[in-house]
Amino acid sequence: MTVIRTLDKDKMDVAEGSYAVAHAVKVCRPNVISAYPITPQTHIVEDLSQFMADGEISNCEYINVESEFSALSALVGSAAAGARCYSATTSQGLELMHEVLFNVSGMRLPVVMTIANRAVSAPINIWNDHQDSISQRDTGWIQMYAEDLQEISDMTAQAYKVAEDKDVMMPAMTCMDGFILSHVYEPLVLLEQDLVDEYLPAYEPEFTLDPKNPLTFGAFADPTAYTEFRYLQQQAMDNALPKIEEAANEFYEIFGRYYGGLIDEYETEDADIILMAMGSLVGTIRDVVDKLRAKGVKAGLLKVRTFRPFPAEAIKNAIKDAKVVVALDKNISLGLNEGSLFTETKASLYNTKVDVPIVGRMIGHGGRDIPEKTIEDIVEEAKGIISSGINTESKYADLKEELL
Amino acid sequence: MKSLFTSGHRGCAGCCDAMVAKFTLMAAGEDCVVISPTGCLEVMSTPYPETSWEVPWIHSLFENTGAVASGVEAALKAMGKKGDTKVIALAGDGATLDIGMRSISGAFERGDDITYVCIDNEAYMNTGVQRSGATPFDASTTTSPAGKISYGNPRPKKNMPAIMAAHGSPYIATTSLGYPKDMIKKIKKATEIEGPTYIHAHAPCTTGWGFDTSKTVEVAKLAVQTGLWPLYEMENGEVTKVRKIGKQKKPVEDYLKMQKRFKHLFKMEGAEEQLKLIQALADKNIEDFGLE
Repeated sequence: MTVIRTLDKDKMDVAEGSYAVAHAVKVCRPNVISAYPITPQTHIVEDLSQFMADGEISNCEYINVESEFSALSALVGSAAAGARCYSATTSQGLELMHEVLFNVSGMRLPVVMTIANRAVSAPINIWNDHQDSISQRDTGWIQMYAEDLQEISDMTAQAYKVAEDKDVMMPAMTCMDGFILSHVYEPLVLLEQDLVDEYLPAYEPEFTLDPKNPLTFGAFADPTAYTEFRYLQQQAMDNALPKIEEAANEFYEIFGRYYGGLIDEYETEDADIILMAMGSLVGTIRDVVDKLRAKGVKAGLLKVRTFRPFPAEAIKNAIKDAKVVVALDKNISLGLNEGSLFTETKASLYNTKVDVPIVGRMIGHGGRDIPEKTIEDIVEEAKGIISSGINTESKYADLKEELL
Repeated sequence: MKSLFTSGHRGCAGCCDAMVAKFTLMAAGEDCVVISPTGCLEVMSTPYPETSWEVPWIHSLFENTGAVASGVEAALKAMGKKGDTKVIALAGDGATLDIGMRSISGAFERGDDITYVCIDNEAYMNTGVQRSGATPFDASTTTSPAGKISYGNPRPKKNMPAIMAAHGSPYIATTSLGYPKDMIKKIKKATEIEGPTYIHAHAPCTTGWGFDTSKTVEVAKLAVQTGLWPLYEMENGEVTKVRKIGKQKKPVEDYLKMQKRFKHLFKMEGAEEQLKLIQALADKNIEDFGLE
């Protein structure tokens, strides 16, 4: 199954990505929004502030905090008190939240947060890559990456659906490429209030901070119990795998739009060369695949939509018959010289019967443009791997040697 | 009266945190939510799966108590559940004056309806008595030890109540474990006033300060009676009430001598000058607040 949209032209608007997200948040009926401004997330929180000023979000409080650390900390209190919670951030702001991210997840609070993905300092850079959210992969947050504006908008409702599921109860990040998606205008359907009300039930947590039923939240666990708390978090992530698929399928049934659940495939069935990627880059690759197919090159695209929980099984099934796989990463693990999608895909194939050559190419860091030509060159190189094996396992695909 | 902070916790005998917690809940009653940061109070009262709290209580991290309290308050308001429910932060001096300063500042600047009670035992006790911004002048701690060329902590306490007053808080009070009725009265008043209110409770720590476990209240009283810990109330930025010392006034040595953290001041060469400096701090408090 691949991207399906039965878009009703009468329902379509032209909107900025940030506005589409803010609108999506509004129709999900949050109780507490807490955020701190940071480029390129600002338009989302400005639009939400305007909705508040115009009285368009009922039963909701917006907390203007003094830092990202407090933005997410406030939501610990709000979510524990039973509120549906929202925040948005990026880059330095997300890194500042690092400690709180673990806390929200460990306390099983299903907060949803949009990340307008941006590079991290130094050198300071406000443009897009995925280093910020990838660096938070072990914090216990579900992470999903959107390809375009319609998807990031719709993903907001899906994220609440999965995060608040009683078998999951884990927080979720919905990731959109900074500027490339956050500041771009596209024709789209703004998330429909009536359909969201049908799709997303009210948040009714089992345990809350309630004077009528006093409970203790955030107790300390010594070595006799700590491991079991962590085990249960992993179990919740395992539970999230089918729930993410279900949420995408149910969304399709109600809204008529589908982008994949854990992954999505395009022209992979008979593909010799499969390119894997996350985020807006997927759209560029789609066009390149069309061009190559027209020339008779059997290329395909594997869109990884969910990075946490990592959909190892789905990925393995999608690439097992290819002759070569290239994972494209907008992040690097310094000291390993690999991007995470590559590292984790490669690792998940080890100890299996799948023996497909896979290489990693890092690309588009700090907002460096990714023209189709760069992808085409990568495919050209991949053809060589089929005939003569892997030369370089992982490297930058768009390095400017002249600047070194 | 039913205690909402139950016995069986793991605090030391004579623990100041347990006493302030108990008095706070005597003042607040059942209809409240309590937020505490990481620290002795959290560790000794909530070893999973046990708890000493008979009111809803939440611990998140060390440095975010103000923000978590704001979040609880916002959620209750948004969901129409606020009513008379009091949102109370109960935090140590390190979590308040040092690492949590940003988040308490944010909560007070926003005017959120919370009462923040700082339990000031003048050092990081949970980690083994390291100095904080609340550690007094010349106190020996594990990171400001007295030594051959040091009389201990080189700086006086950070004036936290003044900082909170500068935020425009409608009600700020200092109190002391030496005077439980004063503490309960002020905390009750703070919780009944709308907006962000701040109580700074001086709380001697038997382990960290080095005195007999039966002397917590006595030591606390002496801090007040020497003028080293003035008791006052501020409403909308103005001091409206003080607790006079009068004839009870004692020299600072009476207070310092009871505690191991100051014992070097009675042994080291040249320490007499240091005692004079500490007496001057007490005298200045007495003069500034008109305590005589």
